[in-house]
Amino acid sequence: MQWEIVIGLETHAQLNTQSKIFSGAATAYGAAPNSQACAVDIALPGVLPVFNRAAAEKAVRFGLAVGARINRRSVFERKNYFYPDLPKGYQTTQLALPIVAEGGTLRIQVGDREKDVRITRAHMEEDAGKSLHEDFHGMTGIDLNRAGTPLIEIVTEPDLRSSAEAVAYAKALHSLVRWIGICDGNMQEGSFRCDANVSVRPVGSEKLGTRCEIKNLNSFKFMEKAIDYEVRRQIELIEDGGTVVQETRLYDPDRDETRSMRSKEEANDYRYFPDPDLLPLVIDEVFVELARAALPELPQAMRERFMSGYGLPAYDAGTLTASRELAAYFEEAVAALGQDAKLCANWIMGDLSAALNKDGLDIADSPLSSAELAGLLKRVKDGTISGKIAKEVFAAMWAGEGEADAIIEARGLKQVSDSGAIEKIVDEIINANPAQVAEYRSGKEKVFGFFVGLAMKASKGKANPAQLNEILKKKLAG
Amino acid sequence: MSLNLADVKRIAHLARIAVDEDEAPGYLQQLTNILGLVEEMQAVNTDGIEPMSHAQDVVLRLRDDAVTETDRHAAFQAVAPQVEASLYLVPKVIE
Amino acid sequence: MLNASLKELAGLLAGKKISSVELTQLFLKRIGELNPALNAFVTVDEGKSLAQAEAADALIASGQAGPLTGIPVAQKDIFCAEGWRTTCGSKMLHNFVSPYDAHVIEQFNRAGAVNLGKTNMDEFAMGSSNETSFYGKVKNPWGLNAVPGGSSGGSAAAVAARLCPAATGTDTGGSIRQPAALTGISGIKPTYGVVSRYGMIAFASSLDQAGPMAKSAEDLALLLNAMAGFDPRDSTSLERPKEDYGRDLGQPLKGLRIGLPREYFAAGLAADVAQAVETALAEYRRLGAETVEVSLPNSKLAVPVYYVLAPAEASSNLARFDGVRYGYRAPEYTDLNDMYGKSRAQGFGAEVKRRIMIGTYVLSAGYYDAYYLKAQKLRRLIAQDFTDAFARCDVIMGPTSPTTAFNLGEKSDDPVSMYLSDIYTIAVNLAGLPGMSIPAGFGANGLPVGLQIVGNYFGEAKMLNVAHQFQLATDWHTRLPPLSEE
Repeated sequence: MQWEIVIGLETHAQLNTQSKIFSGAATAYGAAPNSQACAVDIALPGVLPVFNRAAAEKAVRFGLAVGARINRRSVFERKNYFYPDLPKGYQTTQLALPIVAEGGTLRIQVGDREKDVRITRAHMEEDAGKSLHEDFHGMTGIDLNRAGTPLIEIVTEPDLRSSAEAVAYAKALHSLVRWIGICDGNMQEGSFRCDANVSVRPVGSEKLGTRCEIKNLNSFKFMEKAIDYEVRRQIELIEDGGTVVQETRLYDPDRDETRSMRSKEEANDYRYFPDPDLLPLVIDEVFVELARAALPELPQAMRERFMSGYGLPAYDAGTLTASRELAAYFEEAVAALGQDAKLCANWIMGDLSAALNKDGLDIADSPLSSAELAGLLKRVKDGTISGKIAKEVFAAMWAGEGEADAIIEARGLKQVSDSGAIEKIVDEIINANPAQVAEYRSGKEKVFGFFVGLAMKASKGKANPAQLNEILKKKLAG
Repeated sequence: MSLNLADVKRIAHLARIAVDEDEAPGYLQQLTNILGLVEEMQAVNTDGIEPMSHAQDVVLRLRDDAVTETDRHAAFQAVAPQVEASLYLVPKVIE
Repeated sequence: MLNASLKELAGLLAGKKISSVELTQLFLKRIGELNPALNAFVTVDEGKSLAQAEAADALIASGQAGPLTGIPVAQKDIFCAEGWRTTCGSKMLHNFVSPYDAHVIEQFNRAGAVNLGKTNMDEFAMGSSNETSFYGKVKNPWGLNAVPGGSSGGSAAAVAARLCPAATGTDTGGSIRQPAALTGISGIKPTYGVVSRYGMIAFASSLDQAGPMAKSAEDLALLLNAMAGFDPRDSTSLERPKEDYGRDLGQPLKGLRIGLPREYFAAGLAADVAQAVETALAEYRRLGAETVEVSLPNSKLAVPVYYVLAPAEASSNLARFDGVRYGYRAPEYTDLNDMYGKSRAQGFGAEVKRRIMIGTYVLSAGYYDAYYLKAQKLRRLIAQDFTDAFARCDVIMGPTSPTTAFNLGEKSDDPVSMYLSDIYTIAVNLAGLPGMSIPAGFGANGLPVGLQIVGNYFGEAKMLNVAHQFQLATDWHTRLPPLSEE
C-alpha cells in the first residue's frame, strides 16, 4: 500500500524579552540555579502575575509577519497539572482566545517547489523550569530560572507531507522569528523547540490517521530522523496488523528511535479555566500599528526585491535573504561599491561564506565589514587587481593584515597597466619562444594560452589581463 | 449528575490528595451533598448570557519590560523542605 | 483605653499621654491574659511588635506621625509579613516564615502602625466558624461555646474582646462581615480591586478582598485609608485616585434611600435577628432615611454559584502547596506522586480538601460547562440584580447572617448547613460590590446581631457615613462582651 505522511508542527519559541512574562526577573540564559527565580516565579503564597507588554508586542509582530488575524481580545487561562518544574501547579497559557488567531501562512521551499503552510494559531504562555536529572542521592534537582520565560507556541495545520517539508518549515520559521527580532533561535539553549504530530494514512484517504506527538526535536537533523523513524514505525505497525495508539513519544538521538513517554500518558485532564488573576488582554489599533512599524521588511518581500532591484538570480536572492544580517551585509556592500550587485553576491556567497564557515562564524561576527569587502571589490572593478589577486588580498584581509588598498600596496599587487612594461614582457617571451610563435602563426591559436601563462608568470600575475591580451594578439600577429 | 467512588479517586488523583480506601466513601457522601446544593443552578436558563470571570469590567494592564528583581534564592530557599546546590530536590522525575 | 477610638488613641499618642510602646504592651498583656481562652492569635512576637512601637514613638517625637502611627493592629494570618510566620491557619504552612510583605502589611508599616500579631482564621479562609484552623477553634468572646464566625474569626474575636484596637480581615464570601456580625464589631469589605491582593494568600482570586475590622465605622475609614490604593503588583488592583474614606462622615442621612431586598427578609431568617434588624431600620427612618423594597431575584443562587466558582479557583490556587519549594512535605513517600498526595493529604485539613476536590471536579472534562461555565453565567445575573436594585436605592440593608452565632461543633459535621450561614453575604462578593456589617443589637441568646450595608461600586465613603450616623445614634458598637470588661 502507498502511504501518505501527515505532519503538523508545534513550535515553542522563547520571546527575547528582558524580563519574564509575569514577573520582573531576568530571562538571561545560564545563570546560577534559581538566581533568576523571583517570588512570583517560585509561586510563593500570595504573589500575583503582572503581564509584560513586550511579550504581547512580539507575539503581535509574529502574527502580522505571517498575515494572521490578531485577536483584539485574548484571554489567559490556567492549565492545571502537577509537575515539579511547574511551581504554581498550573501553566498560564492561552486556549480559547489566543493572541494570534487563524489566517497565517508561512512559505517553504522544498527542492524547487514552493508551498504555503497554514498556521492555525499562536498563543503566549510561560515556560516551565528545568529538572536536572544528575543524581542528587537518587533525587531530581529543580532549577526555576527558566520558569516564567515568555513563549509563543506556534501551531500549524497538518499540512506537511514529509520530514523534508517539516524541516523546511522549521527552518523557515526559525529564520522568521530571528528575522523579526522576537526570538534568538538558539536551539542548544532551548529557545526554539519543536514537537511534531505525525500520522500516516493510505494515499487517497480523507481521514487522518491516529497521530503521535514526538517531543525533544532540538535540532533540524533530529527532527528529520525522528519523523522518518516514526513514519517507518507507524507504517510497519499498521502493515503488521497493529494500530497506532495516540501518545506522546520522545526522540532518543543516541538510539535514533522514538519511545513512549509513559509519564505523560496518564489520562490528563488539564481543567483549563480563565486565570482570575489576569484580566482580558485587549489590543488596540495603536498597539497593532506600533508592532507593524517594528516589523522589518520580510524575507519573502526582500527576496523579490533582490531579484527585481539588483537583478539577482532566484538562487542568490534566496541565499542572501537567509538571515537579516546576511541581507543587510549584502545591501551595505552594494551601496558601498555603488555598482555590480552580482559581484557582491558572488563574493559574499563564495569566499566570504566559505571563510565564515571554516572559522565557524556568523555573518554578524565577520571580521570583514561590508565596507571592507566593498573596498576590495572596488579594486577589482577599477582594474587595480585581477579577480585572482583579489582572492589573495581577501585572505590577507581575513588574516587581519588591514584594508585592501594597504595590502595591495604593501605586497605590490597592483596590476601592471603600463602598456610599455607589458610590451617589454611580451617582446621577451616572443623572442624566447620562436617555435611556439611559428605554431600560432600557422593557425594553432590554442598556443595563445601558453603565452598568456608565461606573461602572467613574468609579471607575477599583475599584468592587466585585458591589456595583455590585446598586446599579445597584436604582437603575435606580427 | 451523580458521583461514584471511581470519580472520587479520579478527582483525588488529579488534585494530588491521597485518599485511603476507607476515606473514599466519606468523601463521596460529602461531595455528593455539595453537588446537591449546587444542583439548583441547573434549573435556570442561561442561554445567551456572557460568563462573568471578573468582578470589574476592566482590561489587563501592561507592564514595561524591565528587570526589577534581584537574586533572593537564599532567602526563598531558607523555607524549602529540601535543597542542595541551590536546587529544590524532589523524588526522581521519570520521563 | 480599651474602648478608645483610633482617633482618640492617636490624640493620646500625639499628646504624649501614652507611648506606642506602652500601648502595645497594654494590648500584648491583654493578649497574654485572654488569648488562652479565645485562641484569637496564632502568632505573637513581642520583640517585633515592640521594635515597631519604638520606631513609631520616634516618628511621633519627630512630628511625622500619621493617623495610624503607633497604633497596634492585628493582622489576619493570611497576609504575608516578612520575618513573621504566616500560616493561613494551615499545617501546610506551619513552618512558613514569609520572606516578603503583603501590600496591606507594607501599607500599615508605611503608616507607622504596629503589627500586634497574626490572628487565627479558618484554614486558607475556608470556613464560616473558625473551626477549620489547624491552630484550633476560636471562641466568641460573647459566649465561649459559640463560634466567632469565619474565616476572619480570630480578628473578629480579638477586636470584640479588645485584644487589639483594630485588625484586618479578608472576605471571599462573607469572611469579614459574618464574623463581625457574630462578634458585635464593624467590618467592611471594599469594592473588589480597591485593596491590593498582593501578598494575601489566595483562596478564590476573583472574589477575595481585604478590609479592616474595628469597633466603629469611623475607625474603619481610617484603616481603609491606609489599606486601599492602587498597587501595580496586582493586575486586578484598580487604578483610581486615592480617596479619603472618612470624607463623608458627618453627612446627614435625610433622603437616603435604603433598599430592602425582600429575599433577605424571607424564610430562614431567625426571628430575633429579624427583630434587631427591624429596630435598626426604624432608627434609620428616624434619622431621615426612607426604606424601599427591592428585589434580588437570583440571590437564592448565590450559594450554589459560589460553591462552584470559589472551590474551582481554590483548587488551582492551592496547587502550589506541593511540598517542593516551601511548606509541609510528608516525612515518608515512595515516589513523586506519593510525595504530592501524602504532603497534601496530611498538610491540608478536611474542609480544604473537600473544596479542592469539588473545585477539581467542576473544572474537569465533561463537567466544566454544566458547573463552572453555568455558574459564571449565573454570576452575571446575580450582579445584574444589584445594578437593577441600585437604580431604586442608595444602599441596601439587611441581616448579615441569618442567625446569631451558633455553637461550636453545631455545624462542623454538616458542611452544607455551614455554607448556608453565608446566604446574605456571598452575592456581594460575586458582584464585586462593597459590603459591611455593623452591630445592631442582640439576639434572644444575648449574642450580637449584625446589620449588613451593601453599597454600589466605590460607595465605601457613603456606606461608612451611613454606618457612622447609626453609631452616633446608638451604642451597640460600644458594648463589651462580659469577658472583656475592664
